[in-house]
Amino acid sequence: MSTVVPQGRRPRRITAGRIGVYAFLITAALFFLLPLWIMLVTSLKPMEEIRLGNILAWPASLTVDAWTKAWSSACTGLECNGISVGFWNSVRILIPSVILSIAAGAVNGYALSFWRVKGANVLFGILLLGAFIPYQVFLYPLVRIFSMTGIYNSLPCIVIVHVIFGLPTMTLLFRNYYAGLPLELFKAARIDGGGFWTIFLRVMLPMSIPMLVVATILQTTGIWNDFIFGLTFAGRANLPMTVQLNNIVHSTQGERAYNVDMAATMLAALVPLVVYFVSGRWFVRGIAAGAVKG
Amino acid sequence: MDTVSIQIPSARAASTQGRRLLRTRLPVALALLPTALVVLVVYIGCMVWTVRLSFTSSTLLPKLDWVGLTQYSRLFMNDRFVTSAENIVIFGVLFIAGCLILGFLLAVFIDQNVRAEGAFRTVFLYPYAMSFVVTGVAWQWFLNPGLGLQKVVRDLGFPNFTFDWIVSQDMAIYTIVIAGLWHGSGLTMAILLAGLRGVDEDLWKAAKVDGVPTWRVYTSIVLPLLRPMIVTATVLLATSVVKLYDLVVAMTMGGPGIATEVPAKFVMDHLFERNNIALGTAAATIMLICVVSILAPWVYARYVRPQGRHA
Repeated sequence: MSTVVPQGRRPRRITAGRIGVYAFLITAALFFLLPLWIMLVTSLKPMEEIRLGNILAWPASLTVDAWTKAWSSACTGLECNGISVGFWNSVRILIPSVILSIAAGAVNGYALSFWRVKGANVLFGILLLGAFIPYQVFLYPLVRIFSMTGIYNSLPCIVIVHVIFGLPTMTLLFRNYYAGLPLELFKAARIDGGGFWTIFLRVMLPMSIPMLVVATILQTTGIWNDFIFGLTFAGRANLPMTVQLNNIVHSTQGERAYNVDMAATMLAALVPLVVYFVSGRWFVRGIAAGAVKG
Repeated sequence: MDTVSIQIPSARAASTQGRRLLRTRLPVALALLPTALVVLVVYIGCMVWTVRLSFTSSTLLPKLDWVGLTQYSRLFMNDRFVTSAENIVIFGVLFIAGCLILGFLLAVFIDQNVRAEGAFRTVFLYPYAMSFVVTGVAWQWFLNPGLGLQKVVRDLGFPNFTFDWIVSQDMAIYTIVIAGLWHGSGLTMAILLAGLRGVDEDLWKAAKVDGVPTWRVYTSIVLPLLRPMIVTATVLLATSVVKLYDLVVAMTMGGPGIATEVPAKFVMDHLFERNNIALGTAAATIMLICVVSILAPWVYARYVRPQGRHA
């Protein structure tokens, strides 16, 4: 027997147990991939093939007609300009909403974790409870308030709504992050005469890059995937992609063009999927950060 | 500066102190003001307004009369609402239990030193990145009895195979559960996997020395250790149960008939389409009461009691 200590992981033998493990994982993977596969192959088939063929089969006569149609000429109710309209609306909603909600969350989190403010804990407590309360409780009065101020059914309206309902998660995220930073850092900045905003902009914000990334991922997917707020507050001219997708799928006159529906669905899923694949582990961190570390 | 101010007369000291207080406190107060306003106007104000409206006879426009609990008794006599309430219980129980079980199994199996772990993780979690509308539309197409799964299996040589749940009054709600599981179990897997990775290696070694079978270690030792992660996952899943709306709208539009109606959809329909504000707000109030009674103790224990740190 040699005295050499074996290095690394012990090579596993192939046992029935191992085969079972892989069988389970591969079956599960197929279950998760199946809808994506079906969406993809359906979107690439002409309608005749969809009517006759197998939903799982790779298209015999491959065509991207459905994609161009979904993008530029599918009908959402009376208008037939495709889902591209919704795409650009979503972009216009997304950018200001993400920036403003993250800015608000960062300032709140900073103020709540470093500055002694009367009633801050009550404020934070209500905000957190608010995160769990069904939106339906707020929607009608909010619609009335926006109507009274005259901005109902506009881009600013939907952006404000996203910022309001992003506040709990964003505040929690940044509060927890700042609470984990050494207090000495803040004290030193105070002794050097830094005021509220100076410390925030010069000390805290540069240290918040990881949280800013996590918050951006979280808000981008969340706001892009929103349906209920877009439907209620955006107005006809600004309907986001999710609402338009639903309209395309449910308002086709005559025979349903499944290939166009699926192409539109994939287009609507594209942005969050790209965010997901690019961000990798950060995505999980984003979901978990708000709740786990609380 | 401080040492000087100690020696000057007390009245002036108080005023400089006041000014300093103003200088440091004012920006903080101003920074928190918008949030405080939102909390006051939206989170509290709108909630009170909704509850108040549920005691009125408002239909198309809000009125501020008082009809007591009339709307609530109407609500519980309303088939659509009763079905909604039953559906959300069915969905909630099956979805949360299903996600936890499937998520736990996926996490445990992924934790067995498998190859391509990253690929499996990515595949299990990607549905969570997609919207409920996309999920609903995709599953509606897949479960379409005429052209979807049922046809595929029939063409394989099982002409009597039937899977038409999505158009069946009794079974349609379970197709929503299936789509929900597809969307949410990856999230549970990710949270529980993080928990599994945090379990002390020595614990495994000790169990191995004692000859405890692996499955026993998971059920008796690891599972109790994962409690905080299970609570987190449950809370996240529960909030998506309450919000269940887009998935139903995209997948079944509440049908066939009223078979897959849910409370959130009931409220939305009555507020914005059926012009019955009072009934809609009454249903919203019932949702509020249910959520608060479940979550208030949890939020209190977790966030309010351990006070935020102060500088």
